Amino acid sequence: MAVWYSLLLVLGMSLFVYLGAGLLGLQAIFGIVVPYAAILVFLIGFTMRVLGWAKSPVPFRIPTTAGQQKSLDWIKPSKIDSPYTTWGVVGRMAMEVLLFRSLFRNTKAEITEGKLAYGSNKWLWLGGILFHYTFLTIVIRHLRFFTEPVPYFVQALESIDGMLQIGSPVIYQTDVILVAALLFLLVRRLASPQLRYISLPADYFPLFLILGIALSGIMMRYFAIFKVDLMSVKVLAMGLATFTPTIPEGIGVMFFIHLFLFSVLLAYFPFSKLMHLGGVFLSPTRNLPNDSRMVRHVNPWNAPVKVHTYEHYEDDFREKMIEADLPVEKQA
Amino acid sequence: MSQAPKPEELLRVSHIPPKKDWMDPRVDLVPGTWGYPGKASSLETLGLPNPREWNPTDEDWKLPPNWKEIIHEGLKERLEKYRSLKVFLDICVRCGACADKCHFFIGSGDPKNMPVLRAELLRSIYRKDFTAVGRMLGTFAGGRELTEDVIKEWFYYFHQCTECRRCSLYCPYGIDTAEITIVVRELLNLIGVNIDWILGAAANCYRTGNHLGLEPHTFKGNIDFLVDDIEEYVGVRLNPTFNRKGAEVLFIAPSGDVFADPGIFTYMGYLMLFEHIGLDYTISTYASEGGNFGLFTSQETMKRLNSKMYAEAKRLGVKWILGGECGHMWRVLHQYMDTMNGPADFLEVPKSPITGTVFDNAKSTKMIHIVEFMADLIRHGKLKLNPKRNDYRRTTWHDSCNVSRGMGMFEEPRYVLKSVCNNFFEMPENTIREQTFCCGGGTGLNAGEFEYLRMMGGMPRAFAVKHVQEKHGVNLLVNVCALDRAILPPLMDYWAPEVSVSGLTELVANALVMEGEHDRPTDLRGEDIPGLEGDE
Repeated sequence: MAVWYSLLLVLGMSLFVYLGAGLLGLQAIFGIVVPYAAILVFLIGFTMRVLGWAKSPVPFRIPTTAGQQKSLDWIKPSKIDSPYTTWGVVGRMAMEVLLFRSLFRNTKAEITEGKLAYGSNKWLWLGGILFHYTFLTIVIRHLRFFTEPVPYFVQALESIDGMLQIGSPVIYQTDVILVAALLFLLVRRLASPQLRYISLPADYFPLFLILGIALSGIMMRYFAIFKVDLMSVKVLAMGLATFTPTIPEGIGVMFFIHLFLFSVLLAYFPFSKLMHLGGVFLSPTRNLPNDSRMVRHVNPWNAPVKVHTYEHYEDDFREKMIEADLPVEKQA
Repeated sequence: MSQAPKPEELLRVSHIPPKKDWMDPRVDLVPGTWGYPGKASSLETLGLPNPREWNPTDEDWKLPPNWKEIIHEGLKERLEKYRSLKVFLDICVRCGACADKCHFFIGSGDPKNMPVLRAELLRSIYRKDFTAVGRMLGTFAGGRELTEDVIKEWFYYFHQCTECRRCSLYCPYGIDTAEITIVVRELLNLIGVNIDWILGAAANCYRTGNHLGLEPHTFKGNIDFLVDDIEEYVGVRLNPTFNRKGAEVLFIAPSGDVFADPGIFTYMGYLMLFEHIGLDYTISTYASEGGNFGLFTSQETMKRLNSKMYAEAKRLGVKWILGGECGHMWRVLHQYMDTMNGPADFLEVPKSPITGTVFDNAKSTKMIHIVEFMADLIRHGKLKLNPKRNDYRRTTWHDSCNVSRGMGMFEEPRYVLKSVCNNFFEMPENTIREQTFCCGGGTGLNAGEFEYLRMMGGMPRAFAVKHVQEKHGVNLLVNVCALDRAILPPLMDYWAPEVSVSGLTELVANALVMEGEHDRPTDLRGEDIPGLEGDE
């Protein structure tokens, strides 16, 4: 059910834009109002979310130690997996954020013929990392619409991305990989009974949404019937970027679908699991050094508690202690 | 073992989820998979809310009338106190990487034992009551109504998590289900829903200092028995001191090692080791428990129980504290103690009086682990060892969850073990070190009535042992945790018979050549050491 809801939602939104921007011609709404609103929601929402997390303290140092602690001089500590310096933590986080290191560890457990076997299982890592990096590349590539002159690194990225020189216009490898990775992530969710069991609409919806963004972009670029006038798109984008928005004539409706779905993604972002983008940096099991016996950390809400003091303890058991030759503070 | 089915039956476990949607909170309380409720008297000792007689199988759990409000406020308070909780509730993408990492899921196949879904049991309530989208969209956004059935579900499933943190290792964001379990158990404690094996132990720790409820004279008496056994098997008379002011070191071990087999052999090992090196130490009857059952109850209870260690060190005027072999004891000592009950500025940075090594890694807590201490002694050649005495042992090493993923102690115990035992074989790599599997009974799930699930949950650990048993003839599973020493023996009987269980210090002591010892044809268990005749 969850998967159909999400698919229909994305299709419905596309139809909505087709009617609104295409048939009714409300292009100013879809080209100016919606994107500005989405960016605003994204920026404010994202910031609020991160501040909300940051407001709660980290009372205890609770890193998951995935390597040897720093202890005796002759035992080699694991600087990254059990970091005890700031640089170690930076290293651990960099490996995590840039290379998805924990996911790289993934294994699969299976009971076969009375044995429990673990196999390496890097598919999710591969699908995940391809998706994130191609998405990032594509977002950077889009800067060419918002800049004049187009910065060198954007041009360079574009030419690397189109290196294979297939077709005209040149097919970007990232477009193909992004769609493939998204389909993999989707099929993975549907094909595994356990994953299907845990998946919520909130898991399918962003997948379809990004797929919709990618497909509408691809259709505009590669298929003649959906072609849009790129110069006009650039005029619109530059207008948005310089806060002098205009709607040039002749932009195809596919562009508005593309832009709208992306706006929805932006606006949806702060309220959803997509916030893992910000949260991954704040995860206390990963971003803390394993140094809690070396350095004292202070818990801001540490409050006194009622304890059973030694005096009370001795009062409770004094006779028995004396009888057992245990030293006491006060004789009975 | 009456409740547990045969191993072959457990092996037929299916990992395919049932038809029923997970959002339906109603649970079947399968016998052997839940613990008896905390006794009213234990709750009263600790001053915890809602002491009463109740039974999980009853329809009415006698919750306080405003229970919903209590849970709501409790969750709100904890969201403000712990960033970990807030972030972990918000950012899970349900990628499923954690799913088959949990020993209870592998063993039981119950989808709510997938860490992602276990956390979702709380997350769905959080979403419904604390997020705008959840409030508006309800089920569509993955939100659920907080009902009494949810409380029952929480009771069931959050006592099927041993807070071993194996899932957190694989999570791309380091989401630690232990943090979620800790919080939910705290919430449940706010309305008096808890299990006796935890509450009884915590109440005992509070009253007598140790989880068994041994009063001071009995605690001392138990150790005296061990001293007698050492005299019989080793021929040396030891005289440990108790509550002695002015000793250099305060030694605190898990109290399981004081009374139960095979932990007592480890305790005999501690005593022999200290005698051997002439350590100026004392044992406290007041702070007579290393393990902290408060960790499974609430942060406050943990702090209350832990406070005894520094208080006693201060009263006795020792220089530093040495801790025995224990799992969750060390999680608390390593990650919480100094923050909760420090600063320990009345103590000195631990310095081994034998080797002069200064333990800079504990310069703030002033508390070191006996395995760190022993590794240093062996490295400096301060122990007279005859590893041949352990030749009849073919050993493998079980990394206890807490000292592994909560502390990072991997090399020290291996170094010690290899120094005192010639036959050592590692289990398969996906089951050791940071990837180690829980024994299946940590966090107070060692109750008899929980045995069925414990055999399921311990399956991954047991299978790895079985593997080295078949391949290398391993017959001893060595570990560094008192709960392991209690939980692993029946697990081995069930899955890998003929493998016994021991602590590390037991093996050290067995190899230790004591001054004035007589011929030692038996080990510390009083059993003959095969193949040793004529060696010494």
